[in-house]
Amino acid sequence: MRSLKFLLTVLALLGGPLMAQDRPTLEIDVTGGVVEAIPVAVPRFIAENQGAERLASDIAEVVVADLVSTGLFREIPGTAYISGVTNFNAAPVFADWRAVNAQALLTGAVSTSSDGRLVVKFRLFDVLAQLPIGEGVQYAGAATGWRRMAHKVADTIYSRITGETGYFDSRIVFVSETGPKNDRRRRLAVMDYDGANLRYLTDDSAIVLAPRFSPNTRDIIYTSYETGLPQVFLMNLESGRRSQLLGNTENMSTAPRFSPDGAKVVMSIIDGTNTDIYQIDLNSRRSTRLTTDGGIDITPSYSPDGSQIVFASDRGGSQQLYIMSATGGNVHRISSGDGTYGTPVWSPRGDMIAFTKIKGGKFHIGVMRVDGTHETLLTASFIDEAPTWSPNGRVLMFFRETAGANGAPQIYSVDLTGRNLRRVNTPGFASAPDWSGVLH
Amino acid sequence: MSRGEKVMGFSKLALLLTASLALGACGDKGIFGNGGGSGSGGSGETPGTIEESSIAYFNTTVGDTVLFPVDQATLTDEARAILDAQVLWLNRHPEHTIVVEGHADEQGTTEYNIALSNRRAVAVKFYLISQGLLESRITQVIPYGKARPLAVCSNESCWSKNRRAVTVVAGGMGSA
Repeated sequence: MRSLKFLLTVLALLGGPLMAQDRPTLEIDVTGGVVEAIPVAVPRFIAENQGAERLASDIAEVVVADLVSTGLFREIPGTAYISGVTNFNAAPVFADWRAVNAQALLTGAVSTSSDGRLVVKFRLFDVLAQLPIGEGVQYAGAATGWRRMAHKVADTIYSRITGETGYFDSRIVFVSETGPKNDRRRRLAVMDYDGANLRYLTDDSAIVLAPRFSPNTRDIIYTSYETGLPQVFLMNLESGRRSQLLGNTENMSTAPRFSPDGAKVVMSIIDGTNTDIYQIDLNSRRSTRLTTDGGIDITPSYSPDGSQIVFASDRGGSQQLYIMSATGGNVHRISSGDGTYGTPVWSPRGDMIAFTKIKGGKFHIGVMRVDGTHETLLTASFIDEAPTWSPNGRVLMFFRETAGANGAPQIYSVDLTGRNLRRVNTPGFASAPDWSGVLH
Repeated sequence: MSRGEKVMGFSKLALLLTASLALGACGDKGIFGNGGGSGSGGSGETPGTIEESSIAYFNTTVGDTVLFPVDQATLTDEARAILDAQVLWLNRHPEHTIVVEGHADEQGTTEYNIALSNRRAVAVKFYLISQGLLESRITQVIPYGKARPLAVCSNESCWSKNRRAVTVVAGGMGSA
């Protein structure tokens, strides 16, 4: 019983059951249409040595969580299985998996060695076609990096079935918040995309805002009030060392982002009543003013090719979205609907802009094409703010703040289709997420 | 300006206040005014006679806070009247410097609200100077955006209190 919602192409191929194919047989079109998740069976990964049992189980658990979190897959519980997999290299008994309505089957094997190394192998099968989807894959590395290896396995599976690159081996930097609404404490924190391996980067002595990853994920840039004024700081994630981007200055600055090549930063400098966008060369620390308008020009974001910048401005009266050349000039407005628009972010694919829209007393996360057409609002609530793109441009994270005296923010993710709204696991309140690229 | 310093400043202040009720001008602003310069500054002590030269007098009787319409930095007539009184007091007490804090309600995005609250604080700064306050008396303008709400409900009754600029008087009384 194949759902019509799936684009399920079964290719009749010659060759043995474990031979790899050029194209996946089981495909999901993630651009829309998918409402029913593909049932996937993930029998216990085989531990190839005695010390590997725990990791075999943990790794399979992370892989399943990654896949299920996309909303594109659902796990068939192990209690339903008719048979297990005891030999990683033997062909699966497809009839047993079809009997439990599995469409995809993932088998895996894990081995560890005394020097702390870990090897993970997996195979993915199209149960209905009784064929492997792609070749078996093996990852080797330090056992301490087992979660990243699990994410890489899931990324490969996601990629084989959707045709898109995966995004599980990635990180989130965000503002962790505690305390009552009128005495909120904020600290920067970084974690894996799924909430694991959380690490705090600052204490809560100063307000911090909107951290952003560098393209290589080794540095972040953010706004801190640690000097008393809002100013942009750079921090190296490994050493924790931080510095004011513009040196010791009285200038106020905020809303920074890296250029796609990591060599520049674009941000707003507040001078008198005016807020304009500047580009800072990270080598020379020389700043170039890009806007001169008397309005508030803020939250700039580069196009992936670095040639253009989208930003928000109230120069026309209400706050709207504009695009200009990365060297300033050629400014044109792209938003045209009712309400006000803020926090535009260029998609990694280059074709869309995600934004916050405020209309009718509600906040929305929305997307539009770069030319301003095809505006689609994906969410609505009291406050939904500050979208950030998954590395493959298919999912957005943002923060949602509830109303009232006990109102507080949490990070959520939503598909570009507006489906699969999920809360991202963080300890305590959390806001202003930034999603890294896929790690290297 | 750590929180600890502020809290200490206010508790010292509270000790200095006598218990005889004489604060008709206080109205609904609370003892430390609408903004208090520190967010939640109320001590819960019964207000008493306040020395005209005290910062508490400035905060409550003169009024340390002016309010703004939605998404605007324009000074209302009421705001100008309060700022006029601030200039008079500050010029009577030249030993004090001030910091002007700008704030916004929660209805805008974080970064935009920082720029908007900066406009509010700068509007206050320029007006104070235009009315005869020496620019050197204003040591800083700090835009907080929506990071430091004074009132926490999510409707206009609170938002109107949060769209504010607060003149924080330094010097004496342990204020930073």
